[in-house]
Amino acid sequence: MPDLTYLPDLTYLYAVAREPVSSPPGVAGSPVRTVACSGLVAYVSSVPSEQFGEEPLRRSLEDLDWLAETARAHHRVVDAVAAATTTAPVRLVTVYGDEAQVVELLERRAASFTEVLAHVTGRREWGVKAYSSPPEEPAQVGEGRGGGACEGDRQASGRACESDRQAARPGTAYLQRRRATLRGREQARRQALQRADHIHRALTALAAAGYRHRAQDPRLSGRDDVMLLNGAYLVDEARAEEFAALAGRLGGDGVEIRLTGPWAPYSFTVMEPA
Amino acid sequence: MRRDVVACEQLPPERVALVDLLDRLLAGGVVVTGDLVLSIADIDLVHISLRTVLSSVDEYGGIL
Repeated sequence: MPDLTYLPDLTYLYAVAREPVSSPPGVAGSPVRTVACSGLVAYVSSVPSEQFGEEPLRRSLEDLDWLAETARAHHRVVDAVAAATTTAPVRLVTVYGDEAQVVELLERRAASFTEVLAHVTGRREWGVKAYSSPPEEPAQVGEGRGGGACEGDRQASGRACESDRQAARPGTAYLQRRRATLRGREQARRQALQRADHIHRALTALAAAGYRHRAQDPRLSGRDDVMLLNGAYLVDEARAEEFAALAGRLGGDGVEIRLTGPWAPYSFTVMEPA
Repeated sequence: MRRDVVACEQLPPERVALVDLLDRLLAGGVVVTGDLVLSIADIDLVHISLRTVLSSVDEYGGIL
């Protein structure tokens, strides 16, 4: 396919900021440069059409190694720029035909970018994940809260002492046990959801904004407990310590809190479509 | 072991958990339209972030 070598490079967009700062190399190892217009600066790099054209890209995105490498390269650039200046990261894999189209974008959406940058100025994103014990162990989930799970267990052991009578009706005993277990699980599930809502509300109250990402699949996070909350919070730089302390206080009693960050404000740069 | 201790994961970019990164890179960031060759926003995100990633996890970690 000799024609491929003559396809022009495409322009990959990472982020928009107000000033140029230095950046590490971007995706596909190419140097990152800036394009300025309307008081804004776009961070871009050239990427080969063979990988980043529409059709190859659809295939590439199915390749986990490619996706991981691209995500890390994108993040390296955004993270370096965000550490130096207020930054609006752009969604992973946003590819333009050429630089002129990026200039046109800055011109056309200048007001929106300026607004987004003002919103995230002096603020960083923090991630808060909350985990609870797996629902398969209702006795643990309800521990210390006098929940239905413990009640179910007491009923179960009570019945065991009456084994003579129960032996005559094993089906009924099974159904009662089963019902108690399900009740316990349902109650534990409801309590866990309420707990997650409470944590999210408390953190959002201290932050400038809060966002709940979808809970991570245990197979991806590599953990066997249940993720109750996968939150992102936009926090004033001056309140970062206060925020971390609050997150710590919201844990305990069967809930583990993990704090990640600071992140570039990935979760808070939503722009209305033009 | 206490299960309620806050752990702060302040990691260099290359060590950030891929799953945390993909949460942000696939569901966050400015979404722009017009003149694009392609944006990931055009592609079914559930398709990429779950089916692809999970099938790879299964491939390496599965049937244990």
